[in-house]
Amino acid sequence: MSDMAAQSSAQTELPRAKTDWLPLLLIPALALLALPFVGSPSTWVTLTVAGLAMGMMIFLMASGLTLVFGLMDIINFGHGVFISLGAYATLLVLGPLAGWAQADSLGLNLGLLGLCILTAMGVTGIVGAVFERVIVRPVYGSHLKQILVTMGGLIVTEQLIHAIWGASPIPIPLPQSLRGAFVLGDIVMERYRVVAVIIGLVVFIGMQLLLNRTRIGLLIRAGVENPEMVEALGYRIRRLFVSVFIAGSALAGLGGVMWAFYRQTLTAGMGMEVMVLVFIVIIIGGLGSVGGCFVGSILVALVANYVGFIEPKLALISNILVMALVLIWRPQGLFPVARR
Amino acid sequence: MTEPLLQLSGVHTHIGPYHILHGVDFAVPAGELTMLLGRNGAGKTTTLRTIMGLWQASSGRIRFDGSDITAGSTPDIARAGIAYVPESMGIFTDLTVRENIVLAARSGPIDKSRLDWILGLFPALKRFWNLPAGNLSGGQKQMLAITRAIAEPRRLLLIDEPTKGLAPVMVRSMIEAFKALKASGETILLVEQNFHAASALGDNVVVMDDGRIVHSGAMSELVTDKALQQRLLGLSLDAHQ
Repeated sequence: MSDMAAQSSAQTELPRAKTDWLPLLLIPALALLALPFVGSPSTWVTLTVAGLAMGMMIFLMASGLTLVFGLMDIINFGHGVFISLGAYATLLVLGPLAGWAQADSLGLNLGLLGLCILTAMGVTGIVGAVFERVIVRPVYGSHLKQILVTMGGLIVTEQLIHAIWGASPIPIPLPQSLRGAFVLGDIVMERYRVVAVIIGLVVFIGMQLLLNRTRIGLLIRAGVENPEMVEALGYRIRRLFVSVFIAGSALAGLGGVMWAFYRQTLTAGMGMEVMVLVFIVIIIGGLGSVGGCFVGSILVALVANYVGFIEPKLALISNILVMALVLIWRPQGLFPVARR
Repeated sequence: MTEPLLQLSGVHTHIGPYHILHGVDFAVPAGELTMLLGRNGAGKTTTLRTIMGLWQASSGRIRFDGSDITAGSTPDIARAGIAYVPESMGIFTDLTVRENIVLAARSGPIDKSRLDWILGLFPALKRFWNLPAGNLSGGQKQMLAITRAIAEPRRLLLIDEPTKGLAPVMVRSMIEAFKALKASGETILLVEQNFHAASALGDNVVVMDDGRIVHSGAMSELVTDKALQQRLLGLSLDAHQ
């Protein structure tokens, strides 16, 4: 096949694959547009890094949902509970390893964060498998029932969280080395936000590699577009559905951990509180598009940060405005996925 | 007498409240090309989809290579060795030509000599190897759909209206490709509206109307019997030359 690729590239008159750069250019364009309104370059950098970090956390929470919607055509209103559950799963690690959070060691602190992430992804992945089997599977193909049933699942699971961990908010400490900020001249960047940016980028790159360089990724992309044809090729799409649902739940759990440490407080409704944002970014991005979800998350977070600084009264409606403008421009989202 | 590779016996298919197939009976002999003809809405596509398990037969029996596949799932039927090219072609437009073909090879990397043979049938695909399949023209997409179906050896190819909407030059190259496939011993069940193409390719012909089989036999018989053409299809081969 490599011979074929070489032969192919040797042709000079080949039509080029079109790369859609416009949505990507929105991010730097937005940042540059905000600069004169913000005024101070150092404040602008601080706001931009904070926006990027927030965008990454939204991406982590939303990426699983966009995959689940794109591949399975499931409207999972219960997705928020996996965010909450992931956040609460940190307590399973923070309880026995509380000393690691207080230790003045970057290694121990990052190790603690890593363990929290792995535990949360494990817990939410397992609960996701049960959720798919018990709640989602009986309502495949019926959007109205999906909304009602997954909302019901969310309420039940939130109550289970209350039953297990109590209804009161639980404070959780940010690991010692992740507190405070990096100060470069007049620019202040919170350490935890920088870590969030790095983790978000790693997950995004990992997802891109998985989707574009592996057979399972090809199957997911093909399944988003035409699940019936994937079955006609001999692949069992149901297994793929379940795997993606579990992975989507685990990603929500990862987002929940990052969101929990950002807020430093756990509440059972914390996942549901961000679901409006999550739905906005997957709609803006193009349902089923991981790249669109990534760009949409950053866009929404940056706009919220800039508008919150420049004109706080408009901050509440800024996300809705962004969504409206994007959908007027591209009704199918920034990166529409070819759909069945 | 040897059992045909595919045998449909009294197959009924309902889609929602609609009764589409009414006791369909026909056979596809191994190593031959069987044409399935009929006007729009006759039930040809429903027949192929029922064979593939994409719509379940409500009664009747479908046997493939001696096994009952009537209630089989689509992946199981595909794994039994039946490849399907739908009328819509089912190309994954976001994937490149290469990725489309890689997915079709379930058992691992495609055999190099087989790939060379296939690309010999459809040389145009070489030029678009690493481009998204959505960039291809209609004819090239059809080539890719057929390439995907034969990327690995299959026992039976089900192909739904491969020449529909194609330019005459593309139809001719498609006919040549099917001749080559036939010569290689592939068993093919081909739905076609273009009677000229059908008559050039088919060993056998099955004609459907209103969800029923109204004729089956040798293609040579239908080609030479103009009265039969007129009665079954409402046309004569001469009109399609």
